[in-house]
Amino acid sequence: MSGTVAGVEARLPIRSDLDLVWVRQHVRQAAAALGFGLVDQTKLVTAASELARNTLVYGGGGEMAAEHVCDGRAQGLRLTFRDQGPGIADPERALSDGYTSGGGLGLGLGGARRLVHEFSLDSTPGVGTTVAVTSWAARPPRQREEPR
Amino acid sequence: MPEHETAAEHTTPASDVGKFLHRRREQIAQRWADEPLFRTVFTVSRDEAVEAGRVVVDALAQVAESGRVADTDAAGFTAVREQLTRMVASRARFGLTSGQVSTEVDGLRPPAVNLLVGDLHEATPEHLRECTTLLTVLMGTLRLVVLETSLSEGQALIDRQHLELLEAATPVIRLWDGIVAVPLIGTLDSARSQVVMETLLESVVDQQARFAILDITGVPMVDSLVAQHLMKTVAAVRLMGAECVVSGIRPAIAQTIVHLGLDLGTVVTRASLADALGYALNRLGADIVLATPGGAGPR
Repeated sequence: MSGTVAGVEARLPIRSDLDLVWVRQHVRQAAAALGFGLVDQTKLVTAASELARNTLVYGGGGEMAAEHVCDGRAQGLRLTFRDQGPGIADPERALSDGYTSGGGLGLGLGGARRLVHEFSLDSTPGVGTTVAVTSWAARPPRQREEPR
Repeated sequence: MPEHETAAEHTTPASDVGKFLHRRREQIAQRWADEPLFRTVFTVSRDEAVEAGRVVVDALAQVAESGRVADTDAAGFTAVREQLTRMVASRARFGLTSGQVSTEVDGLRPPAVNLLVGDLHEATPEHLRECTTLLTVLMGTLRLVVLETSLSEGQALIDRQHLELLEAATPVIRLWDGIVAVPLIGTLDSARSQVVMETLLESVVDQQARFAILDITGVPMVDSLVAQHLMKTVAAVRLMGAECVVSGIRPAIAQTIVHLGLDLGTVVTRASLADALGYALNRLGADIVLATPGGAGPR
C-alpha cells in the first residue's frame, strides 16, 4: 500500500445490519470530502459495503477503520476491515468470482478488488481476516495490473 | 432503635436497608412527593404523587431484600417499570432530555439517605457506611432503570417508524393497463426487498399485470446483495407470468455493476422509467402517437 497516513478519521463497529448503513454513509461522506467524483464515490461505497458485509457475515463482526492517506498531492481514503472470525483458508479461491461459502453470489471479495485502486487481504485461519483497500481521488488513472 | 442495635451483628446491610424502606415507606414517599420528579408529573393532587412514591419505595424494598441492588433486571423493578415509563414520558413531553430526567431521579437519593442516616445513628460506623453505600447503589440502579425505560421507549419508537417506513417506501403504482411499477428508494436490505417482492407479486395478480417495472433511481448503491435481491424479485415476477424491467440505472451505478462483475444479462434494463414504460407499452402492442397536427407519428 502506498501513501502516508494523514490521520485515522474513524473506527466504526460492524456488528449488525444497521452498522453497514453507517459504514456506507461514512465512506460516502469521507470520499466526497476528499474530492472523489460521483463514480469513484459509488465504487468505494460499494466495495466498502461488500467488505463490511463479509466482516459481518463470515467474520462474525469486527470493525472498519477509515484513514485519510496522502501521496504527494493525491488524496486517498484507506479502509481497513478487521475481524477475529474463522479466517479464509484459501484466499485465491475466495477472490475468484462465483465462489462463496455462504449463500451469496460470490462476487464480494473479487468485486471489491476491482472497485478500488489498491487491495490487500491478510487472513490466518482461526485468527481472523484483515482486508485493506485504498482509493485515490484527484489523480489521473494509472496503470494497474488486471486482477485476472 | 433498640431492636436494630441488637440485630445489627446478625443481619446483612441489604436486609437492613430493605427493613428501613418498609418502615419509612410513608416518610420517604412524602418527601419524594416534593421532589421535582414526582411534583411535576403528578400535578393533580399531592396524594397521587405520594401514592406513586410508595409504589417505588415498595419496589426498592423488594430489590434490597432480594440482595440484587446493582441488578436492573431484579424482579422488584418489574412492578414499577410501567409507572416509571409513564413518568419518563411525561417529563419527556415537558422537553426534558433523558439526562435531565436521570438527574431528577438522582434528586430522590438525598432525602432517602438522610432518613437512613438518622435511623442508624446508634449503629457502628462500619454498619452505617455499608448501609448508606448500599442505598446509594440501589438509588443508582433505579436511575439506570429509569434511563433504560426512556431508551427502550426510544427504541420502540424507532422500531415502529422502521416498520412504517418499510410499508410506506414501497408503493406499487399502476402506470397503465397491465403495467405496474415500484420506485425503490434507499438501501435495499433483506427486509425491504422481501416487502417489495410481496407487494409487487400481489399487485401483479391484482392488476393482472404483464409488466412490472422496478425503478432503482432512488437506490444509492447496488452491491452484490442488492443485485441478488433484485434478481430474485425479477425471477419471482417471471414465475408469475409477467415480465420485469429494471429501470433508473444511473451512470455511476452502471460502472460499479460492471466492475463488480455482476451479470444482469438476463434482466431487461432501461436507463429511465420513461424508457421502461415505452418498452412495456411497445411490447403490449400500444403505439404512442403525438397528437400535434402534421407531426403525428410513432414515437
